[in-house]
Amino acid sequence: MRYYKLILYLIFFSFVFLLGIPHLYGDATIRAFDTPNDDGSSITVKWNYTGTGDTFELFRKTVSDTNWQKLKTLPLSKHSYVDDNTVRGVQYQYGIRIKTDTILSEMVISKPVSAKAQFFDTGKTLILVLILGYFAILIYFIGAAKKGKSLFIRKIAGLDALDEAVGRATEMGKPILFIPGISSMSDIATIAAVNILGPVAKKVAEYGTDLLVPNKDPIVASVTQEVVKESYLEAGRPDLFNPNKIWFVTDSQFAYAAAVQGIMVRERPATILLLGYFYAESLLLAETGNSTGAIQIAGTDAVDQLPFFITSCDYTIMGEELYAAGAYLSKEPTLLSSIKAQDYGKIAIFATLLLGLILGLLKSNWLINILTVR
Amino acid sequence: MNFWIRISDLDRRWIYLLMAVAIILPFFVNITIPIRISPPTQALYTYIDTLSPDSGPILISFDYDPSTQGELTPMAIALLRHAFSKNLHVITMSLYPTGIGIAENITSDIAKEYNKIEGRDYVVMPYAPGYQAVILSIGEDIKNTFATDYYGNRTDTLSCLNGVKNFEQIPIAISISGSSTPYAWITYGYTKYGEKIGVGTTAVSATSYYPYLRTKQVAGMLGGLKGAAEYETLIRKFYHTKGRSMATIGMNSQSMAHIIMIILIILGNISYFAIRKQNKRSA
Amino acid sequence: MKRRLPLIIVMLTGIGMIIQYFIPHPVSKAIYKQSIDWVIIISAFYLVLGVGGIFIINYQKIKRRKEGWWLSIITLSALIITALIGIFGGIDNKSVFMDIFMYIQLPMQAAMFSLLAFYIASAAFRSFRARTPEATVLLITATIVMLGRVPIGSLIYRGLPGITEWILSTVSLAAQRGILLGVGLGSIATSMKIILGIERSYLGGGE
Repeated sequence: MRYYKLILYLIFFSFVFLLGIPHLYGDATIRAFDTPNDDGSSITVKWNYTGTGDTFELFRKTVSDTNWQKLKTLPLSKHSYVDDNTVRGVQYQYGIRIKTDTILSEMVISKPVSAKAQFFDTGKTLILVLILGYFAILIYFIGAAKKGKSLFIRKIAGLDALDEAVGRATEMGKPILFIPGISSMSDIATIAAVNILGPVAKKVAEYGTDLLVPNKDPIVASVTQEVVKESYLEAGRPDLFNPNKIWFVTDSQFAYAAAVQGIMVRERPATILLLGYFYAESLLLAETGNSTGAIQIAGTDAVDQLPFFITSCDYTIMGEELYAAGAYLSKEPTLLSSIKAQDYGKIAIFATLLLGLILGLLKSNWLINILTVR
Repeated sequence: MNFWIRISDLDRRWIYLLMAVAIILPFFVNITIPIRISPPTQALYTYIDTLSPDSGPILISFDYDPSTQGELTPMAIALLRHAFSKNLHVITMSLYPTGIGIAENITSDIAKEYNKIEGRDYVVMPYAPGYQAVILSIGEDIKNTFATDYYGNRTDTLSCLNGVKNFEQIPIAISISGSSTPYAWITYGYTKYGEKIGVGTTAVSATSYYPYLRTKQVAGMLGGLKGAAEYETLIRKFYHTKGRSMATIGMNSQSMAHIIMIILIILGNISYFAIRKQNKRSA
Repeated sequence: MKRRLPLIIVMLTGIGMIIQYFIPHPVSKAIYKQSIDWVIIISAFYLVLGVGGIFIINYQKIKRRKEGWWLSIITLSALIITALIGIFGGIDNKSVFMDIFMYIQLPMQAAMFSLLAFYIASAAFRSFRARTPEATVLLITATIVMLGRVPIGSLIYRGLPGITEWILSTVSLAAQRGILLGVGLGSIATSMKIILGIERSYLGGGE
């Protein structure tokens, strides 16, 4: 009787085992391949499994090894793993087992694979195409400008007012205060501000007016000093150049704002130019300038500071107009051509947006799929 | 009529005085106005709330200097309380030389509230110059970017950073800043390394990040003192956190200041129309 | 040569970093990592340049007894004393250096930022006038957003925070995207002009 029970148990567990094993590993497949677009430091393992179980156990070995090394235990919802601890050129094999409380399935093994380094990231092809396209437009317009083709650029009121602003300061015998934003030299807005400073300084030198340039960044201070010096030389008035009037104040945002506000109140400049990248100090500066009665021209690509400048300044140069300023003032054809290239870039973006909108209404993801950078 | 001309030409110092009274007075009056949670705050809270201690350390970058600390520090405190309540590991740092002192001070203070130990539960990184390069460098190897922590301990010996190499092991990087540093985190952290970015910013800068919220380049955002107060409300409700809720206290002052501003704008407009009418009549 | 050499360096590094972006090979990655380390090291010299600049300007002011020269003495003393305290007394939580930071620098800078509230109020009072239909739209929108951003707004009307959120995430967002797209294109164009040596005024203008 005792043996009869034991035999029954054995039959039962064998049944469960026989049922469970095919169900656990019967439908599993595994594939390992070199991770695309990487430096050859990883292998991607993907697997399919449709049965039941608790977790996956992932194993790895080199082809020459006999022992499997456990890599990770992963939840059943996971179907891929990137092994970034590989040696380039070494052949690896991956195996996966499905585990429940009591049973561990047989291992399903991948083909040998090795990690390789790629020379081009195909996921970035679209970016490369766009850069080259934009570059081609830019080169075309530079070529056209050099051949003497006239390029129409619309009027920018804030920049046209610069002459009037410098003239006013000269008439009043008061200085011009130029603030090149509070960002670093790596900021495009700062570069744009420096580009405006050149022509302004030249005009100031011609009129013999005072120019004050307090800086928040030491590198910007060195650059602005050089630019002003060069402009005074070009204007034939190197004798008027005073390096102490283009100086580094402090690296601290609000200490700088306080210092500049002090200059505004003490020196009472006739003209204040706030050009570059600004943060919360923008309104402190513009309001103080406004209270002193100075004519103020502001320009920034800091979208959140634009409303403050619009309310407190006489002219505001917005966003990309600031980048165009250097070219606009110098009238240099090669520089003007870049503004033209920007316009065509905008047209292309607008056309893409329109196409995207139409396709979106038609429930098509075609454009989104093309433009998604992987 | 004279009255409206006077209002129109009101000396700005009277406006300053009115604002000062409107801001200071509510601190002495105990009124609690319920705070509604905005979607950007809820998104950041939900993301952090789904993390577990195994998810890896969260990174909080104190990218501000003392000037904006009134608005931004409550955010940092609320985020740290949330993280420590959930026993998440935390890395704090700053891309500003003057922000690092604030980061150290606040992190160690809040860690004490939760009996967390430096090096094991959290780590404060020292200042490293060149903010874009620092973000890019963390994306490659954080222990190479910061060889030691703020206190001079070697980062490769800290248990908090075990198994942490770069952004891949850091589930979210939150930049608290009144300047443009969150843009740098988005450009270099998200775009280049796919890191989830959270933003805490001043009310004046909050609008700038909406385009990135919509595109999911930013996982969530705390905008101004209101955002901080919303986060405080959430962690008080779900984690029963103690300690002063600085942003919630400040909300009454902010409400009052906004009301005063609206009254001033209305008065300004009435005076403008009254004077215009008068001028038309006399013409 | 004074100008040509920097231009060549700019062009080579600029084009080099663009090419590097598309190459995932370990050699390219190693160059990239090295470049980041260089940037961090070079950035540290900002501080040297800044401190040097402050010393020179203030020293000259004191030497020539210019107006406010005694303020320069305070500036230089504060700089030297704070640095010495930090170097010899440490910078941890309980140090004198941290006390200087917490009880002097912090309240001074916070006070400066808080001035913004007063300035915004004064600017809004002066300029938010319904002079034109556009200005009226701006005025109404600003009022809604101001109320919707504070708890009292939902007491006045429950739907205000929702309307505010809609304005910020739809109307304002559309305008911002327009500006951002222009800014993005402008940034690329300026970067390209710098890399190609067309834009060179940042080097000091002229030839």
